[in-house]
Amino acid sequence: MDLASVMSGTGEWLRAEGPHNEIVISSRVRLARNVRNRAFPGWGKKQARLDVLEMIKSRVEELPEMQESFSALMQDLSAIEKQVLVERHLISREHAAKGVGSAVVMNRRQTLSIMINEEDHLRMQSMRSGLQLKQAFKLVDKVDTSLENDLEFAYDPRLGYLTACPTNVGTGMRASAMLHLPGLVLSELINQVVQAVNKIGLAVRGLYGEGTEAMGNLFQISNQTTLGEKEDEIIARLTKVIETIIEKEHDARQVLLQKKSNTLSDQIGRAYGVLTFAHAMSSKEALNLLSIIKLGMDLGAFPEDRRFSIDELFIETQPAHLQKNSQQKLNAEERDHLRAQIVRDRLKLFPKPDISKLAKEAGNGSSPPPENNE
Amino acid sequence: MLCDVCKCNDATVFLTQIIEGKMQKVNLCDACSKEKGVQDPTGFALADLLLGIGAAEEIEKGAPSQKCPVCGFTQVDFKKTGRLGWSVCYITFAEGLGSLLKAMHKGTEHVGKVPERAHRAVQLNDRMRKLTENLQKAVQEENYETAASLRDQIKQLEGELTN
Repeated sequence: MDLASVMSGTGEWLRAEGPHNEIVISSRVRLARNVRNRAFPGWGKKQARLDVLEMIKSRVEELPEMQESFSALMQDLSAIEKQVLVERHLISREHAAKGVGSAVVMNRRQTLSIMINEEDHLRMQSMRSGLQLKQAFKLVDKVDTSLENDLEFAYDPRLGYLTACPTNVGTGMRASAMLHLPGLVLSELINQVVQAVNKIGLAVRGLYGEGTEAMGNLFQISNQTTLGEKEDEIIARLTKVIETIIEKEHDARQVLLQKKSNTLSDQIGRAYGVLTFAHAMSSKEALNLLSIIKLGMDLGAFPEDRRFSIDELFIETQPAHLQKNSQQKLNAEERDHLRAQIVRDRLKLFPKPDISKLAKEAGNGSSPPPENNE
Repeated sequence: MLCDVCKCNDATVFLTQIIEGKMQKVNLCDACSKEKGVQDPTGFALADLLLGIGAAEEIEKGAPSQKCPVCGFTQVDFKKTGRLGWSVCYITFAEGLGSLLKAMHKGTEHVGKVPERAHRAVQLNDRMRKLTENLQKAVQEENYETAASLRDQIKQLEGELTN
């Protein structure tokens, strides 16, 4: 399978089908593994990396989960192609910088992606839509177990799986979820939530952008520690915290509807206006406005059946996605112009925000009961 | 957001550090981050940056001027990159890493998944321990026939273990 056919389909995790999908965009779990008695990729010489790559790659490609897959050596991918994979979270930024000696293998559904010779010999990650950390872990755990039949991983009975960076030693697992939290941001409660979560050994960061500034009101929450706790315990703890954040986000939205409905209507109307008529738009502006439209949709101002076209724009307006179809590299100004054009085209037949629906939502009062994710 | 050091320029470099298990965030402007050597990985201990201030010192404590005998990795390399050379480095630098891991993680011992192979190794090691104990007992009791048979079993098991 070639990259174009992978890219023509949107990743399954983007389809907003999983539980709590109105707030949790996606869940992912990655495992770090290294082959025993081999230098970690960052320390090994080129030949050592190539040897490990040869040992691992065919075994990864032969996995039943990788029957329909895309596999590439990093040096064979163009800068734009690598960036597209980064924007889809299929490879890390660090992996995109790799060349000879590294590779990536992913399945067509984009629910499983395996990086070879990133910081560790193997970085295997599974992605699901909505809050499905348990299910994502199940898949990547299964893959790990089948690879273990043929590969002997660096493992110490006391320290667990040994990784290049001591922050990953033990389970080698990082579980994370991408959350859309416009309610908490608009009501200025987000810093409180971030601080509270950081205190209990979990990390929250803006998905794009740095520090507390989160473009598109998108946040990633993940476990910080990997040693001294079982995989399923980590996942249960993280899931519980995310469910609490979901509740807080629902509460914040209700308060906004009741106390600041004019501000909210204004924001949604402005976002719609700018997205529909602008001719130049930075990626930051696009993400922030799309976030407001998404919030409007959650609150009933737009018909539910248009949700996917908005969710898709979050990815389609990213710099490399804009350029993947054009022949030459575009400069920032050309990208901003093209981005605005794509958004305008998409929103041409998009209905105007129905603000009266917002008031109706506010009348409902309580937030929807949390779903059980079993 | 303003730079935490000069408090006048906008921060452009954001560091998150874990110090004694607590997360700390430092925001720096371009000039201050250069001054502190954050953008120059050779001047600034990346280990400190990645693993918390003191990480590089911590690892030095355990093994002064130690070098991995096989891969040649040294504590200076760890200080620079915050990464280890290969799995054996966890043994070479065990002493320094111990307190680092303690500060960084929830516990000091792995309680999660065990690879099938390690399961087998644990079982074989258990059997080996029992056989050795029985052998000592047999020798003490001057039961040489049993001892000889146990010795053979141990030899066979040694073969399995090295595989």
